[in-house]
Amino acid sequence: MKFGTEIALLSLFAFAALVAAGFGVDETFRQHMWVLFFTVAGFTVILMRNTEFKPAAPIDPTAYMDGPVRYGAIATMFWGVVGMLVGVVIALQLAYPDLNIQPWFNFGRLRPLHTSGVVFAFGGNALLCTSLYVVQRTCRARLFGGDLAWFVFWGYQLFIVMAATGYLLGITESREYAEPEWYVDIWLTIVWVAYLVLFLGTILKRKEPHIYVANWFYLSFIVTIAMLHVVNNLSMPASFLGSKSYSAFSGVQDALTQWWYGHNAVGFFLTAGFLGMMYYFVPKQANRPVYSYRLSVIHFWAIIFLYIWAGPHHLHYTALPDWAQTLGMAFSIMLWMPSWGGMINGVMTLSGAWDKLRTDPIIRMMLMAVAFYGMSTFEGPMMSIKTVNSLSHYTDWTIGHVHSGALGWVGMISFGAIYYMVPKLWNRDRLYSLRLVTWHFWLATLGIVVYAAVMWVSGIMQGLMWREYDEQGFLVYSFAETVAAMHPYYVMRAIGGAMYLSGALIMAWNVAMTIRGYQRKEQPLPGSVPALQPGE
Amino acid sequence: MDYNLMREFADSWGLLAMALFFIGCIAFALRPGSRGLADEAARIPLEED
Repeated sequence: MKFGTEIALLSLFAFAALVAAGFGVDETFRQHMWVLFFTVAGFTVILMRNTEFKPAAPIDPTAYMDGPVRYGAIATMFWGVVGMLVGVVIALQLAYPDLNIQPWFNFGRLRPLHTSGVVFAFGGNALLCTSLYVVQRTCRARLFGGDLAWFVFWGYQLFIVMAATGYLLGITESREYAEPEWYVDIWLTIVWVAYLVLFLGTILKRKEPHIYVANWFYLSFIVTIAMLHVVNNLSMPASFLGSKSYSAFSGVQDALTQWWYGHNAVGFFLTAGFLGMMYYFVPKQANRPVYSYRLSVIHFWAIIFLYIWAGPHHLHYTALPDWAQTLGMAFSIMLWMPSWGGMINGVMTLSGAWDKLRTDPIIRMMLMAVAFYGMSTFEGPMMSIKTVNSLSHYTDWTIGHVHSGALGWVGMISFGAIYYMVPKLWNRDRLYSLRLVTWHFWLATLGIVVYAAVMWVSGIMQGLMWREYDEQGFLVYSFAETVAAMHPYYVMRAIGGAMYLSGALIMAWNVAMTIRGYQRKEQPLPGSVPALQPGE
Repeated sequence: MDYNLMREFADSWGLLAMALFFIGCIAFALRPGSRGLADEAARIPLEED
């Protein structure tokens, strides 16, 4: 019977959620367990309606397993649009505080929904589906473990749903980018270990003797995130039927653990994983091998050895010991070298094929991503220098920096990878429309430029206003005055974000039409087909 | 096994071991004769679909 075991286990899981909803010791935990119950029960019903009793068709062990990759590509688009939409909403909430709808949709609850939505739901699904796509093709092996990939995919979606609904209900550990409470953390740990087994198992059964460098980056992302997630979330629940837990660490140790996690989530989730994407999809789309393979290997080891120490730069001028702050700063500055080495490697992959930048909007998107990787990894080390940080810290400059990395690098390289994969995954000759990709490219690029430039201005203004003293040693501006001064920039930031979101909506339309098998009748892009030469 | 002992280990032998491993990785990547193998490895994604 198809899905027999799954239906039985999921029914038990739903029943356990129902029991927890009944016996939970606090109101929000009971509400959260109702969400879990209805999600799991609904999923079980869907499986029951799709079950069959005839024997399953034999699986070709040499064919690639692309089902979870297809679902992952769709999930990436879906969560991307949701996460970016929430981003535009909270940008507007900052500009117009009346938009805070209490209690579920206030800024404090929507902000982690936005960050987790774009980082873990959009970025995570992009990493999940591209890693499974890349590892099969560069190892020339089918995914390991049969239906394990399906467990990883659906288990990860359940994590996202539980994390997101938890934030809206007001359940939080208050650890930035690690807000979900203990029971959701445990679930993610289970899913993540399954992901590691799936990925490593596929590498072990590979038919290609060499492990291609993209897989190194993906593997380092999976291993490091497992380590960071487990250590940072070490905590003791107040009750095993309640939504509150207490961290195993306290004071400055807790802060440093959190930022060791937080910065390496940037380093290994948002950088190493997406570099894996770059090292596969840029060469594929350009149809040229990576500029220097040996540089990519050095890039890998330098990132591994340097990134892990950079976290303390989030705690400059705090109770963290001075030596630890300086260590974080020194390693952040050293990160300039591998980051720029990697960027040059990505850009130079196009050497000898620069014309593709004019004719292929997908390559243009990928190259813009790599350019933003270079720009934000230049800006980051600069901001980690203590004297710069004393101006930039806690201001909007940081937000601008994060978004030039997240929208520019992570977003654009993911878009490029999805544009590349979708026609291949659904056996289409080409995308529905290349002209829509061009629209997406310009909307996204201009959106980021507006966003980042506005945040530079408002962030530096904010920092300067905070530190402005008069000749008698009094602060010149009250905090509320600095907030009022930022209103126009908040409005402009929301416009930049809305441009980026509209680009993503165009992409969702383009991808949906490609999947459904349509091709838009349009003039080919100039230069994409050879111009006809008149006969001599 | 107190903080000072770990700290002392980390900034002496631990640091040396990691630095040597890192330099070893770079030296291995750049060893004579690796260019051909690297060029071959770089073509892995282009070999099929």
